[in-house]
Amino acid sequence: MTSFILGPLWTFSLLVFCLGVAWRIVAILALGFPRDPASPRGSGLAGGLAGLLRRSWPRNGVGRKNLLPVIAGYAFHLGLFALLFFAAPHVRFLDHYLPGPGWTPMPRWGFVIAAELAFAGLILLWLRRVMHPVTRLLSSLDDHLAAGLTFLAMFTGCLALYESFTGLRVLHVFAVELLLLYFPFSHLMHAFTLFMGRAATGARAARHGVGA
Amino acid sequence: MNRMSTYAPETSLERGIERLRAQIDARVATWFSSCVHCGLCAEACHFYAETGDPRYTPIHKLAPLKKVWRQEYTFFGRLARKLGISEPLDEQDFADWEELVYDACTLCGRCTMVCPVGNDITAMLRKQREGFAAAGYAPEGLKGATRRTVEVGSPMGLTWKALEAQIRHVERETGLGVPVDREGADYLALLSSLEIMGYPEYIGAITRILHRAGVSWTLSSRAFEATNSGIQIGDADVARELLQRVFDAAESLGVKNIISPECGHAYTAIRWESAGLLGREVPYRIIHIVELLDELKRAGRLPTAGRTGVRVTFHDPCNLVRKGGVVDEPRRLLEAVAADVVEGPDSGVMNWCCGGGGGVSANERAEGLRLAAFRRKKAQFETLGVEAVVTACANCRNILEEGIEHYAMDVEVMGLTELLAEYLAEDGQGDAVAG
Ligand code: SF4
Ligand code: SF4
Repeated sequence: MTSFILGPLWTFSLLVFCLGVAWRIVAILALGFPRDPASPRGSGLAGGLAGLLRRSWPRNGVGRKNLLPVIAGYAFHLGLFALLFFAAPHVRFLDHYLPGPGWTPMPRWGFVIAAELAFAGLILLWLRRVMHPVTRLLSSLDDHLAAGLTFLAMFTGCLALYESFTGLRVLHVFAVELLLLYFPFSHLMHAFTLFMGRAATGARAARHGVGA
Repeated sequence: MNRMSTYAPETSLERGIERLRAQIDARVATWFSSCVHCGLCAEACHFYAETGDPRYTPIHKLAPLKKVWRQEYTFFGRLARKLGISEPLDEQDFADWEELVYDACTLCGRCTMVCPVGNDITAMLRKQREGFAAAGYAPEGLKGATRRTVEVGSPMGLTWKALEAQIRHVERETGLGVPVDREGADYLALLSSLEIMGYPEYIGAITRILHRAGVSWTLSSRAFEATNSGIQIGDADVARELLQRVFDAAESLGVKNIISPECGHAYTAIRWESAGLLGREVPYRIIHIVELLDELKRAGRLPTAGRTGVRVTFHDPCNLVRKGGVVDEPRRLLEAVAADVVEGPDSGVMNWCCGGGGGVSANERAEGLRLAAFRRKKAQFETLGVEAVVTACANCRNILEEGIEHYAMDVEVMGLTELLAEYLAEDGQGDAVAG
């Protein structure tokens, strides 16, 4: 079982993830972006690039009135990013597979802070999802599954931190595999499509002379 | 598709679904794929903000279009449909969502501005209306307005004869001639029926202003109406036909520029949607009246004398700021004729909608909800402590007046163009300098 999880299932999950994400993006692009022949007031290219950044904080009162999801969102995503790319076992793992000199992992206290931020963010976002009337109405099984699988991957990752017990490490790899297999078919795809969406909206707005 | 269905009494599920399917392009697929169901767009919508009803969350209003996308463009959606475990879109969905699509959305664009993943929710809402209109699920008020625009030429059923009468009146009042069907004029000016019937002083104002600035302009007896009910109800065929009428008139008169009236949706239709709808570039410079006035003012061709001392704020029409980026122009003009102008934190690009755009004002059924949403404007004006609100859209003006009257507020509503005309300097007087 261990060799299956660390061997063929890992390869298969990675393949499904990579091909699935590529397939989703190609399928979206194949639908075609409509041309806007109206004479523009501003540069679409500049607006598209600006749009990538501008959405990082909600405008006007919307950000102030929604500090919980905004701060929890940042805590979760930044924490997860740090764990994913700077946790010592991940750095060693990536170093093994990627060319180049590799990079320095974060210290243990960094790991603890990143994990706390990521867990707190994820849990707060999920609690808001089930408690706030708007998010409760909007949320689907997909949202709960995605949150659950992410939680599982993070949780098993913490358990496996010292790699002292192979079983825990295998469990973590298995949780990540589930996440990778589910990713392309879910809203987790926003990790990629959000850049396309922000750019498209920013470009159109800029053509209309609007900073959005 | 038979476009007459938009305002025919019968409904057609197939036509509606087919039309919704046709709306799904790469942008829509990207946006639906990106939505993380965070609910932030709810806070931007005046209908949610004032009622607290989660059904008024912008992205929730798109559930029918999303269902078609999910079932036809996603792996699990297709699988579920094949296995028969997901219900296809049905008549009940159209019936249930009609109110959310037409009564509870003014296509104001605020939700688009706040979505963290960059979803242009408003563009999707506009697209979704195409499906609803094709299915026959649109409010009677909008269907009637669309029918009258196609058959008579204006959503209020206004004919050229009625406009002619207003023109005579304006000519008597101003002592100036209103040019009609003047070949070779530089500018073709369009009007909205609300301006003609509700605020004819607008016609007097542009006559005086354009005369003062020495602009060569004309009205067309063939195409004077710019309100585009096709855009409001969501019928691209009607929208295209109405736009074509204007461009035909422009071509026959040999004008180079077209002036959009104040009406925000008319502006969006002719300035931003016309080329896409017609599938080609439009060989005219299309400019909103406020943009033109600002150009003239800055060129020193519109000298003004004196300023009102009334404490005013500017109500930005949604289509101007969030679809056309016309933010500074009205402010420069207002500063030239008003001494005490105040701005709130939401003024400008994030201004709250009056509640009557996107065809809501033509939909009597929506009146209660519209007035509930107006509480947002009420709070805005009260916080600023203004005596008057100036705007540059006849529809906004009408809705603001109704809301102010409903809530018994002591606030006057003024049209920017009329205000400018009021302070126009006599020949040889005033500041000929940029305002
Ligand atoms: S703000 Fe954007 S991501 Fe959040 S629910 Fe609304 S559409 Fe979806
Ligand atoms: S466009 Fe305006 S009215 Fe419509 S859902 Fe968005 S915020 Fe609400």
